[in-house]
Amino acid sequence: MSKRLSVKTKTILTILFVILMALLITVADKKASDYVVLILNLIAINIIFAVSLNLINGMTGIFSLGHAGFIAIGAYTSVLLTLPIEQKEITYLIKPLISPFNRIELPFLPAILIAGLVSAGFGYLVAAPSLRLIGDYLAIATLGLGETIRVIANNAWSITNGALGLKGIPSYTNLYWSWGWALITVVAIASLVSSSYGRALKAIREDPIAAKAMGINVFSHQVMSFVIGSFFAGVGGALWAHLITTIDPKSFAFVRTFEILIMVVLGGLGSITGSIIGAAIYTVGLEFLRVLESPFKIWFINYPGVPGMRMVVLSVLLIVLMLFWQRGIMGRNELSWDSIVSIFAKLKRGGKR
Amino acid sequence: MRLSDFVQHLINAFSLGGIYALIAIGYTMVYGILRLINFAHGDIFTYGIYFAFYGVTLFMFPWWLSFITAIFFTAFLGALIERIAYRPLRNAPRISALITAIGVSFFLQNFATVVFGGRAKSFNPQTGMYPVYFLKILKLGDVRIRLVTLITLSIVAVSLLVLVWIVYKSKVGMAMRAISKDIPTTRLMGVNADRIISYTFMIGSSLAAIGGILWAMTYPQVYPYTGMVPGLKAFISAVVGGIGSIPGAMLGGFILGVSEIMIVALFPSIAGYRDAIAYVILIFVLLVRPTGILGVEVSEKV
Repeated sequence: MSKRLSVKTKTILTILFVILMALLITVADKKASDYVVLILNLIAINIIFAVSLNLINGMTGIFSLGHAGFIAIGAYTSVLLTLPIEQKEITYLIKPLISPFNRIELPFLPAILIAGLVSAGFGYLVAAPSLRLIGDYLAIATLGLGETIRVIANNAWSITNGALGLKGIPSYTNLYWSWGWALITVVAIASLVSSSYGRALKAIREDPIAAKAMGINVFSHQVMSFVIGSFFAGVGGALWAHLITTIDPKSFAFVRTFEILIMVVLGGLGSITGSIIGAAIYTVGLEFLRVLESPFKIWFINYPGVPGMRMVVLSVLLIVLMLFWQRGIMGRNELSWDSIVSIFAKLKRGGKR
Repeated sequence: MRLSDFVQHLINAFSLGGIYALIAIGYTMVYGILRLINFAHGDIFTYGIYFAFYGVTLFMFPWWLSFITAIFFTAFLGALIERIAYRPLRNAPRISALITAIGVSFFLQNFATVVFGGRAKSFNPQTGMYPVYFLKILKLGDVRIRLVTLITLSIVAVSLLVLVWIVYKSKVGMAMRAISKDIPTTRLMGVNADRIISYTFMIGSSLAAIGGILWAMTYPQVYPYTGMVPGLKAFISAVVGGIGSIPGAMLGGFILGVSEIMIVALFPSIAGYRDAIAYVILIFVLLVRPTGILGVEVSEKV
């Protein structure tokens, strides 16, 4: 057996790791091309989405398919708060924006926080009635909910500018914002999961009835998990909107939830580090697959480049993944300093033989 | 609203509800047997339309032959999907099967984009898809109905009757009903469960194809995402009626179709929210009766 690291060593290692990451991000912010910065931002935002969905789906066992809806709420709320007043006057052509939003222009941080809180509040409103449902029915209800939010966004012209969407969003999101929030998300959810609350959530996932018998208030725990998950989905939505700078209802279709689900499943349902890895691999992989959509030549075969091909490959990958490797990269395990050390120890021993 | 308008809307509502019912049956039969929400069913519907389209344009079949071959090919596609993607996961956790189903749906949509192209193809009589006289308007007093609506209604009725006959009178149907109760025991009785499950997928998919062709006659175009909205609504119909129950799927389909058309007809100001009506009904029904109108109460296993 390998020796376990002391708490002190682990804390130091973690702090060093965070500092290292911060340095890397500073360097990237100064030196890297716009394209690389965009990808790095997307990775961070996808980490926020994946980790928050994993709290709901993987840790608590509520199979929610409404994440895109909460992302939409976060995105729209923050944009309504930060969009410059002149821009609002230009954008809302068909119906003017309702008061008080037409007079508000807030800085980014309060807008993000309010976006998260509105999303969380909505999560609470939804969770309370729909968590009475179990299993597949809950999945269906949340799917319906996410789609309803999209339909409303498509039609509430005086708030969301309907199908035209919102343009000219100030591009506040940079690497510090996105990775900062990714760090907050991961720390918050990881400490929640390792607390007694987290153990209760896992007990509910394994067997709600047994958990109830042990005196856990299943309902309130599930609601809490759902609300926290929707808070971070809202935050991620706000960051995403201020990165892309245009949003419309189509950006929050069911496909969005589905993509996040792939990240979570790829990384391992129920593993936070897994979700981080999954989000990173998915985001970067999607970019690599762009090759398939541009023409190239292998030996004498000309490949014309087919638009849409990468999505085909991606969905085949997901199916193959589910058929042969259901547990994903991490399963339910976490990548911790202990496990890294033991991996290195194993490699060393293997080398000696 | 005048009475004639009301009757007109009601007939349209029933023909839409009938299409929802046809698709909903596919969801409900698969769920009844495998406890799997077959997310790809809406895309099977789309492929039904594509097969019919290419039967006419590529192979120059007359429309009726093209429709029949499309139904056969779609049935085969459904069975193929089950064989490749769902059968290996039959004993896996249900969440894996569900995610696979979402993956299959995603695959079918994107495959269609790559192979058939992302642009909408027109499915109207001018392109030879079906005879022009289907669009003739019949006048019964003040009520004006397009012939295609009546054809839709009658094909739906015939399909539902055939289905009821298969499920409740034939041997295969008996095996299906047995499997939905208990797969291992049914196997012990000498029933080849795999084959029956394939048949189930075939029947569900061919109904989806019929629904798809009828849908395309009313909304005359097809593109890779055609099946998404009707698929979702049919799925909601199945849940509203009580997923797993065939009469429930029919009832749910008609409830959804009628309420959608009627609400839009009565309150034109909320017409934009048309697609949300289904979800509102869904959430309302689930809260009142979590297993749907005709669903069976499932007791929690302790």
